[in-house]
Amino acid sequence: MTVTAELSQESLLRGYRTMRTIRDFEERLHIEIANAQIPGFVHLYAGEEAVAAGVCSHLSDEDWVSSTHRGHGHAIAKGCDVKGMMAEIYGRATGLCKGKGGSMHIADFRRGMLGANGIVGGGPPLICGVGLSAKVRRSGQVGVAFLGDGASNQGTFLESLNLSAIWKLPVVFVVENNGYGEATGQSYHQAVEDIAKRADGFGLPGVTVDGNDYFAVAEAAGIAIGRARAGHGPTLLECKTTRFFGHFEGDTQTYRDPNEAAEARASRDCLVAFRARVTDAGLLAGAALDAIDVEIAQLIDESVAEALAAPWPDVSELSTDVYIKY
Amino acid sequence: MARKLSFLLAINEAMHQEMARDERVIILGEDIAGGAGGSAGNDEAWGGALGATQGLKTKYPHRVLDTPISESAFIGAAVGAAASGLRPIAELMFVDFMGVCFDQIFNQAAKFRYMFGGNAITPVVIRTMYGAGLRAASQHSQTLYPLFTHIPGLKVVVPSSPYDAKGLLITAVRDDDPVIFFEHKAMYELEGDVPEESYSIPFGEANIVREGGDVTVVAIGRMVQHALQAAETLAAEGIQIEIVDPRTTSPLDEETIYESVESTGRLVVVDEAHPRCSFASDVAALVAQNAFDALRAPIRMVTSPHSPVPFSPALEDVFVPSPERIAAAVRDVLGAKSGSRR
Repeated sequence: MTVTAELSQESLLRGYRTMRTIRDFEERLHIEIANAQIPGFVHLYAGEEAVAAGVCSHLSDEDWVSSTHRGHGHAIAKGCDVKGMMAEIYGRATGLCKGKGGSMHIADFRRGMLGANGIVGGGPPLICGVGLSAKVRRSGQVGVAFLGDGASNQGTFLESLNLSAIWKLPVVFVVENNGYGEATGQSYHQAVEDIAKRADGFGLPGVTVDGNDYFAVAEAAGIAIGRARAGHGPTLLECKTTRFFGHFEGDTQTYRDPNEAAEARASRDCLVAFRARVTDAGLLAGAALDAIDVEIAQLIDESVAEALAAPWPDVSELSTDVYIKY
Repeated sequence: MARKLSFLLAINEAMHQEMARDERVIILGEDIAGGAGGSAGNDEAWGGALGATQGLKTKYPHRVLDTPISESAFIGAAVGAAASGLRPIAELMFVDFMGVCFDQIFNQAAKFRYMFGGNAITPVVIRTMYGAGLRAASQHSQTLYPLFTHIPGLKVVVPSSPYDAKGLLITAVRDDDPVIFFEHKAMYELEGDVPEESYSIPFGEANIVREGGDVTVVAIGRMVQHALQAAETLAAEGIQIEIVDPRTTSPLDEETIYESVESTGRLVVVDEAHPRCSFASDVAALVAQNAFDALRAPIRMVTSPHSPVPFSPALEDVFVPSPERIAAAVRDVLGAKSGSRR
């Protein structure tokens, strides 16, 4: 494929490393949650790694993303510190948000991570603001709003498509269509199959790609982000993907065919597909990928160990950072 | 001093001065220029639904943006722009419309600083019209600052005069936290002394609008004007009320209220909002808790009723706390024996 050929070894390794980090992070959380080590609600991103990694491969720290309740993948792909994220999910003082945000609110403004968001559809209007800010300041920045198929029915998303289109904002809306809004299947919750078609009604381009294919995502995202950066306005990019776990950890998934997730893991695993593609084409040696696997496994081990050893937030922090000044 | 300006033009002047001072200030809202895309070809036909933003589009064409009627998107965009380098002033035409965009205010803007561990700065101002009196009925007349005051992370400003409106709006624009700025729609024509130069009034510092030793009357927004009218009537009867205007409900200058109550021993709180979980009930509860020993009579609240705002002039005119009701409450607390029940 031409796209594959155009990607440098460095960029391929970076893409793989991002996806592997997300996968290991999420698989480990799944275990630790079962061990009752983690408080609160956690929504795992495993299975959807190619979307975050492919899109964010075109973004720098200056660009912004808004995320969802299923936000670990976006945070990792945007460069957030993995150990800081893990500590945050454990509710510790050393977390990226000092333990005040948790899994659903991980943010790091130094990395352009505008926050995981506990409100379905909360992000798209914010990203319009990021685009407006970039446009007014002529900064060349781009904003990307990640959202799910469930959020694509929210008024905030549809209003944001309109606003971004009339103002030609440098933004991209990336819909991660994993087939479920929480427990409700897509075929029930919306009457269109391809969410990208909704772009037509608002006067912006809509593109649908295989979200399990890193190269397809990266290519389409590159065009959309390039278009935004060049001042040509927003794009709606739909990535059809698969959620390996339930809506939240603890979800019994009784709404799903018992074999669905296993079948997806066996046939549509983005990491397996990526490895086969680059090694078959002779672009990367399997050993290089194996080395990343080892390195990331160690990073995740350390992250968990350090999070568990980290202090809880001091109670004096209860009412700090409500305001800058009050 | 001595220059007179309306409440509306005081607000307009504050925005002109702040846009000239800081190019990060942008203004967005529905019909704030008013006319884009119309057949008249006049992009600034309206200058705001009531004219508060007049003259800004011409001066700053790229920083003054009319929006579609799409509050979730543009209020959210103001919040996102604030988090990423601008200092937007968004106009929510009527505060009643918070119903279609409140998530972006109370779940997003208000919480960024805290839930992101102190990393976020969200300097957004949301200007909004409130209050009864224009026969605008239930969905365009509400007094909803208590709802915003309840939310940690928001600052809530309710000016009572043209002078305060200008100074408090300038402070709001320069403040790094999200600010909700309430403008009473029946006050836009009110004239008062407003200096031409730029000035700011700090948040959380109450203004003693009138001094008096008999009864403390805490009032805010348009109710300060009604309290001043009541004060004239009462003064003719030999009763001197002290009017305390907190100016902001969040932060709230509790100390000035306590000091006044300690000197008068009597408190009437006037609030155009409904009586339950309101500004009035908040102030009453704080005084009961923290200055109880100073009280020589039960606290009285003068509020609108626990009902929506009616349309008919015959009903709306009795909905809003009037100077007469305020005066009656003052006489009541002066006549009441300590600890008596209503």
